[in-house]
Amino acid sequence: MPSSITSDIIKPPAPPRGGGFGGGGGSDGRGASRRASMTGLMVLLAATTMAFAAFTSAFVVRRGMSNDWVALPLPPVLWVNTIVLICSSMLLEVARRSLKSGRRGEFNRYWTAGTVLGALFLLGQGFAWRQLNAAGIFVASNPSSSFFYLLTAAHGLHILGGLTALVYVDVQALSLRLGPGKRTAVDVSAVFWHFVDGLWLYLMALFLVWG
Amino acid sequence: MHAHHAPQGFIRKYVFSLDHKVIGIQYYFLALFSVLVGMSLSLLMRFHMIHPDAKVGWFATLWPTAAQGGIMTPELYLSLMTMHGTIMVFFVLTTAPQSGFGNYFLPIQIGAEDMAFPVLNMLSFWTTFIALAVMVAAFFVQGGPPLAGWTAYPPLSALANSGPGEGLGQTLWIVSIAIFCGASLMGAINFIATIIDLRCQGMSLMRLPLTCWTWFVTAILGLLGFAVLLAAGVLLILDRSAGTSFFVPGGLMISDQILNHKGGSPLLWQHLFWFFGHPEVYIAILPGMGVTSQLLSTFCRKPIFGYRAMVYAILSIGFLGFMVWGHHMFMSGMSPYSAMAFSVLTMAIGVPSAIKTFNWIGTLWGGKIRFTTAMMFALGFVSLFVTGGLSGIFLGQPALDLYFHDTYFVVGHFHMIMGVAAIFGMFAGTFYWFPKMFGRMMNETLGKIHFYITFVGVYAIFTPMHFLGIAGNPRRYSDFTNFDFLGKLLPVHTFMTHAAYWTAGIQILFFFNLFWSMKYGKKAPMNPWNATTLEWTVSSPPPFDNFGGQHPVVNHGPYEYGVPGAPRDYVMQTDPVDVHAE
Repeated sequence: MPSSITSDIIKPPAPPRGGGFGGGGGSDGRGASRRASMTGLMVLLAATTMAFAAFTSAFVVRRGMSNDWVALPLPPVLWVNTIVLICSSMLLEVARRSLKSGRRGEFNRYWTAGTVLGALFLLGQGFAWRQLNAAGIFVASNPSSSFFYLLTAAHGLHILGGLTALVYVDVQALSLRLGPGKRTAVDVSAVFWHFVDGLWLYLMALFLVWG
Repeated sequence: MHAHHAPQGFIRKYVFSLDHKVIGIQYYFLALFSVLVGMSLSLLMRFHMIHPDAKVGWFATLWPTAAQGGIMTPELYLSLMTMHGTIMVFFVLTTAPQSGFGNYFLPIQIGAEDMAFPVLNMLSFWTTFIALAVMVAAFFVQGGPPLAGWTAYPPLSALANSGPGEGLGQTLWIVSIAIFCGASLMGAINFIATIIDLRCQGMSLMRLPLTCWTWFVTAILGLLGFAVLLAAGVLLILDRSAGTSFFVPGGLMISDQILNHKGGSPLLWQHLFWFFGHPEVYIAILPGMGVTSQLLSTFCRKPIFGYRAMVYAILSIGFLGFMVWGHHMFMSGMSPYSAMAFSVLTMAIGVPSAIKTFNWIGTLWGGKIRFTTAMMFALGFVSLFVTGGLSGIFLGQPALDLYFHDTYFVVGHFHMIMGVAAIFGMFAGTFYWFPKMFGRMMNETLGKIHFYITFVGVYAIFTPMHFLGIAGNPRRYSDFTNFDFLGKLLPVHTFMTHAAYWTAGIQILFFFNLFWSMKYGKKAPMNPWNATTLEWTVSSPPPFDNFGGQHPVVNHGPYEYGVPGAPRDYVMQTDPVDVHAE
């Protein structure tokens, strides 16, 4: 039960007997093994990259083909948000390494802090939207604002999905269900979070250079 | 190792099942329902083409405004065309070969107990189901279904009052496609992770059956393509409902009013759409190629000719498929240099395609061919693929495409290669795998009658379209009677329409055979075709966890037929390494 520390979360389970590559390494012998989860994540990130590549190409084409593009004044709060998100990512990475070397209490503290910062980022993005609205800049005002709202919303949805995973891991961790031998969910959600962090840096660069 | 037991209870077992086999069958039946809808729409279109003025009572009942007095309006014709294309491409050609057969047989063929993420798999099916429900709902809303074609070109698709069906109907269309993209992405993630990580011991990449290779590459194409279509769909929805101008140019007038949109580019949509749309063609056809390779080898009792060449051909078709989308846009006024580049790359796809065809013929050469119904459909696939592919060489030339693009030549081309060839792949798969899926054999006599009439029928429908196109018969028109230069072509249309009636009618035989055999067919043995891949090592239908708690170990390639000195004329993939000592 979750209230007591069981040995399988401290020591990784033995690889499946006679089972080649995979053969279903999940806890009940069916479903996702650790390797498959990481592969699935990488494939998901490839799809996300493609979607944002499509948005980017639309951005570049739409900006270059007509003369109605007006540069968007970026709300300064975005810089605070960017720092918050980077800190969040770093805290999660520290947490992840703590768990790998068995320091579970440390993991819980850092992971919770990283999750809270992640939520703060989302709030900050909402604040940036409100500032733009107050300045009279809406989604249909100009192609530059259309793309700004579109890209921040698409990124925000990914943040929301990532946050759900972070909170899920946090609940698991606080009820002592994770350990060095049981940390696939930790690794998957942390890597996803680093990805959306990097994605945000990319979007900031896009807004600064071409926005 | 112990066997896992299926969950009890109807809902967990058959509705929200996590078992890849149940999900595969669910997908198959979803596609079967969709193909009936799509085929009915095509019959209505063919009927209208030769009787444009006919008054049909029940048309007025079905469409009180679009077919007032029982006469179909041109707008209604365009709606039927849009829905026919959409339903066929997304819910039949994308769904059955990949999600249906792939879900059922991929895990078994690689020796896994299930897909990598069973819950995601279930979600993916039910999301597809919702997408279909939303799409079909477009028939029943005010204004009816959209009429912008399956490619949904803006500005027509981006403006709600640009025509009947362009209001709620078009919105439902985009929402449905967006949901479908989500479902396909989930499916693709599952397929790729499963093939990479869940192969059993000994199942190296070069021992994968070619079916698995095609499902793998198709999943990659779906992953990259549907992500882009989803992004494009979001932009289109924003143009429709948020007043943005991504795709809508300035200065448009609709119903005597100048629109507020300005500066958008309809061509941007075309680029994004066809970046998905061209790989989509391979999503439809690649699994059929895999099934055909599998069946030709099995029923010729010979190893597939050039296994490695086949694998590399599949990979290069997938790779090149992402670089040729511009050949759908030669008409768009693109720079002749771009057109030339797209044209050369398009011709380059002919190389791997020819390798595949050559290898199929090489496999047939000198084989001891068993003419089962499944094999007949696989041979039909080769025939249709060659026929449809040859007309592609004409369309790949910018100069010729300018003439052919808006004619029936294109309709004939893509129906041959993407539509009918892929459907023949599905028929082949159905006759081949039915014994494994349902534990009984399908009727061979009915199957052969069905094959011959269908084969002659589809050539009778689609071959004349090429000649119509050369003669300048435009596509997407609902009525040809008002054009003098088309008058002499009307008898050809009459012929094609009657061929369509016959071909559609004979499909009743297939449906009868399918459902009758499920209940009354001869009991299927474990390996009725003497095939070598892993699905034939387990009972028909397979147990819940596929291998009864065992982990199969693979020692052989997938197509070892006619091995000299072996006790049988085939070596199963799981046979011991030294078959001679058996």
